[in-house]
Amino acid sequence: MNEDHEPASPSDFDKRLKQALARRGGGGSKPSDDSGGSPRSGLSIALRIGIELVAALMVGTGIGILLDRWLGTKPWLMVVFFILGSAAGLLNVMRVTKGMGGTVGYRAPRKAAPVNEDDDED
Amino acid sequence: MAAEHTGGGHSPLAQFEIHPLVPLKLGNYDITFTNSALMMLIAMLAITLFLTLGARRRALVPGRWQSMAELSYEFIANLLRDTVGNQGRRYFPFVFTLFMFVLFGNLLGLLPYSFTFTSHIIVTFVMALAIFIGVTILGFAKHGIHFFTFFVPPGVSPVMWPLLIPIEIISYLSRPVSLSVRLFANMLAGHTLLKVFAGFIPQLLGAGVALGITGILPFVFVVALTGLEFVIAFLQAYVFAILTCLYINDALHLH
Repeated sequence: MNEDHEPASPSDFDKRLKQALARRGGGGSKPSDDSGGSPRSGLSIALRIGIELVAALMVGTGIGILLDRWLGTKPWLMVVFFILGSAAGLLNVMRVTKGMGGTVGYRAPRKAAPVNEDDDED
Repeated sequence: MAAEHTGGGHSPLAQFEIHPLVPLKLGNYDITFTNSALMMLIAMLAITLFLTLGARRRALVPGRWQSMAELSYEFIANLLRDTVGNQGRRYFPFVFTLFMFVLFGNLLGLLPYSFTFTSHIIVTFVMALAIFIGVTILGFAKHGIHFFTFFVPPGVSPVMWPLLIPIEIISYLSRPVSLSVRLFANMLAGHTLLKVFAGFIPQLLGAGVALGITGILPFVFVVALTGLEFVIAFLQAYVFAILTCLYINDALHLH
């Protein structure tokens, strides 16, 4: 890396091979947050948000309607689950925009599960 | 000016119609071979050819074709390593297959007279549902009953649980819906828009010289939109793949 473009001296190759192995071996076992790195991420996140909001609302209302039909409590559960669904939709959007992926469940910033190191991953 | 509303009798939605090609029946099930199935088959063959022929030469310094094949491999391998980490490597075949299938479906759909199978909600929904069920099973296999702690937000007092757990469950159940609707809606909207704008061109041309000149405007727009559609085709496949990775990551390391 330092001696740039010295065409493939054997020692340089060894070094690069070691680096590549380290990257795929033990070193790279941390999942970083999804929004980092990729230059396309801004647009890809923008495309996700709107539908994220609506999908949870649809699922929530759907569950409400089905439960209503099953339990015979006509409008009430739909109303309740409509509200829960919109809350879930907002939660989803919040998580996407905060770079926490589409994850369910919060993660305390430094809770460090089996995952080693890394800062604010989802 | 007195022309009909529909240009050549073509609805912008006619491109999404399913036509049976070879009627087949298996017991009571209708397994007719349709144009949608034909495009899926073509996509599958195209992917196989693209990768096997690309990898055939195995040159140390890759040519154009080989480097495209290697690029697509690297792209997904890095995506998986960045989002899931090292344990994610074993899910590479699955994510790679999904990505290539969606990507080729989107791109082949941009060819004139072809059919976009990803513009059908049932196709995308089945893929999303397979991912959803697979990931849930993976979570259960990995963590057993502990998987349910997934729905309990940590650091929240138990008083709030009755309210928050349903929200978390709805949020979890909304995954396959948002995953499938996103791909389907983008493809459907993009292709409809292209067709609508393309439909303006013959209408304006048919309306005489003065108006015919303005026909260049929708034409320019269609060209620009086609470029945009290529970006969208790639991005949607990317989003599909990255969300699959994120879901696998969630199932592997809860919180």
